[in-house]
Amino acid sequence: MSIQVRNVSKRFGTFQALDAVSLDVDGGALTALLGPSGSGKSTLLRIIAGLEEPDTGEILLEGEDATASPPQQRGVGFVFQHYAAFKHMTVRNNIAFGLKIQKRPRTEIRARVDELLDLVQLNGFGDRYPAQLSGGQRQRMALARALAPEPKVLLLDEPFGALDARVRAELRGWLRRLHDETHTTTVFVTHDQEEAMEVADHVVVMNKGRVEQVAGPRELYDEPANEFVMGFVGQASRFGDGWVRPHDLELTLEPNGTTREAQLERIVHLGFDVRCELVDDDGAPFSVQLTRDHAETLELEAGQIVYVRSRKQRVF
Amino acid sequence: MRRNVVRCTAFGYLLVILLAPLSMLFWRIWAEGLGKAWSAITEADTIHAFKITLILVAIAVPLNTIFGVVCALAIVRRRFPGKGLVNAFVDLPLALSPVVVGFSLYLLYGRTGWFGPWFTNHGIQMLFALPAMVLATIFVSVPFVAREVVPTLREIGDEQEQAAYTLGASSWQTFWRITLPAIRWAIIYGVVVTTARCLGEYGAVAIVSGNIEGKTETATLRVQDYYENLNQAGAYGVALLLGLISISVLIVMTLLRPKEGIT
Repeated sequence: MSIQVRNVSKRFGTFQALDAVSLDVDGGALTALLGPSGSGKSTLLRIIAGLEEPDTGEILLEGEDATASPPQQRGVGFVFQHYAAFKHMTVRNNIAFGLKIQKRPRTEIRARVDELLDLVQLNGFGDRYPAQLSGGQRQRMALARALAPEPKVLLLDEPFGALDARVRAELRGWLRRLHDETHTTTVFVTHDQEEAMEVADHVVVMNKGRVEQVAGPRELYDEPANEFVMGFVGQASRFGDGWVRPHDLELTLEPNGTTREAQLERIVHLGFDVRCELVDDDGAPFSVQLTRDHAETLELEAGQIVYVRSRKQRVF
Repeated sequence: MRRNVVRCTAFGYLLVILLAPLSMLFWRIWAEGLGKAWSAITEADTIHAFKITLILVAIAVPLNTIFGVVCALAIVRRRFPGKGLVNAFVDLPLALSPVVVGFSLYLLYGRTGWFGPWFTNHGIQMLFALPAMVLATIFVSVPFVAREVVPTLREIGDEQEQAAYTLGASSWQTFWRITLPAIRWAIIYGVVVTTARCLGEYGAVAIVSGNIEGKTETATLRVQDYYENLNQAGAYGVALLLGLISISVLIVMTLLRPKEGIT
């Protein structure tokens, strides 16, 4: 199901959470809303779900105006950062909740819950209570619960935000595979650019209640629309008049006319890559990334003067 | 060492303040003979007094339970003008002496009060009858359910309810299936405390009931009645029975208390 956001604004007291936001999400896509905290991404997601009302603007689901419909009638599945597990119900009853509300036949509910327990790899946990599950298991349960009534749209609000790094990585891959199997239109909110780039087909970058850019992960990195996107998605430093990625800078030991002089402050070994932290004549810090082999040929040492040239820089 | 000091202080305090007077009551009944206390309890007017008390409990507790839950939901989940005022007003009965409550009701439903003449004209006897006694009992026991439920509602937050909405549940279904199970222990505690308060109410009811033996006398008023008429054994007996009812309410509450951890 496609989602269209038309000129949506929302204010909380004096705080402008969303400022005339418009956005199109294609049916069947996996989209990330990416931005720093306070950028309005969660508010936008909650407005799409009907959990929050926009002050102005419209939400269209499958081309139909849904702005006034309550969340019950929107056919969305919602996953919360802190799981929102029904604590007094077993895992099985949590997952069955939406189906019971729809008064589906008991045998059908049982079959569907079994199928979902299998899908989220919680077989054998059906009779436990949420308190007896780990964070990752609770979030998988919450996902199964949201998927049970077969929503047309799946919305996830920082779904992996409360989990540790290893479980996060696991669930990211899992969400991607799930989407590839079901093709349910999915929108998830994250402040982690790596997560957005790794999982989503399209990334919507938000800042201060506005959409800065909508693009695929690659385009977003290679063709950022403005300074904010350049700095938020991937590493970037100011270099002369423009902005440049650390790996788009070339480091030499001799000046050649187009280079700028800089002092090497520190060398950081990242494994395959080496990051050189430098300061230019004006004392502004920036960094250059190069392969370990290249760094070894140059025989770099902290404190020495080097010359830097950009292969590719962007001016906004 | 320090733990012992704390423990002894707490226990000693409870012993002197709570247990000593109640033990004295038991002791006196024993000394005076159980027979006298028993005959006082089984007297027709005493039985009637207990009946009146139970009627008041049976009306005030359910009403205040429903009101308390609705009120707590409004205070925690809704935004509306005057919310702070509602929040403060719920606690009013805690601050007001029951005697003041009784006197205010007496004035309101009296011959020159705002409501009194209307009821008199319609042939409804409010004062010195059950209606005013019910109102007095409700008034003094308003805060307890709301006060138990408000912090629990705050603690559980509204995400579970929102999750239920997105799964298709109406507000009503969400209340019965999600909110109510989550606050059920708070409600039960609230009901127990409200019941105890209604059972023990004296001041407000004393003023509006007129204290007519065999008609508008409650159990607590009966104790006072016996005491004033120098029937000490009777006073002990009725007081003891009231105490036992309260203690059994407490025991029921303790038995119902869920085990820590999983709920």
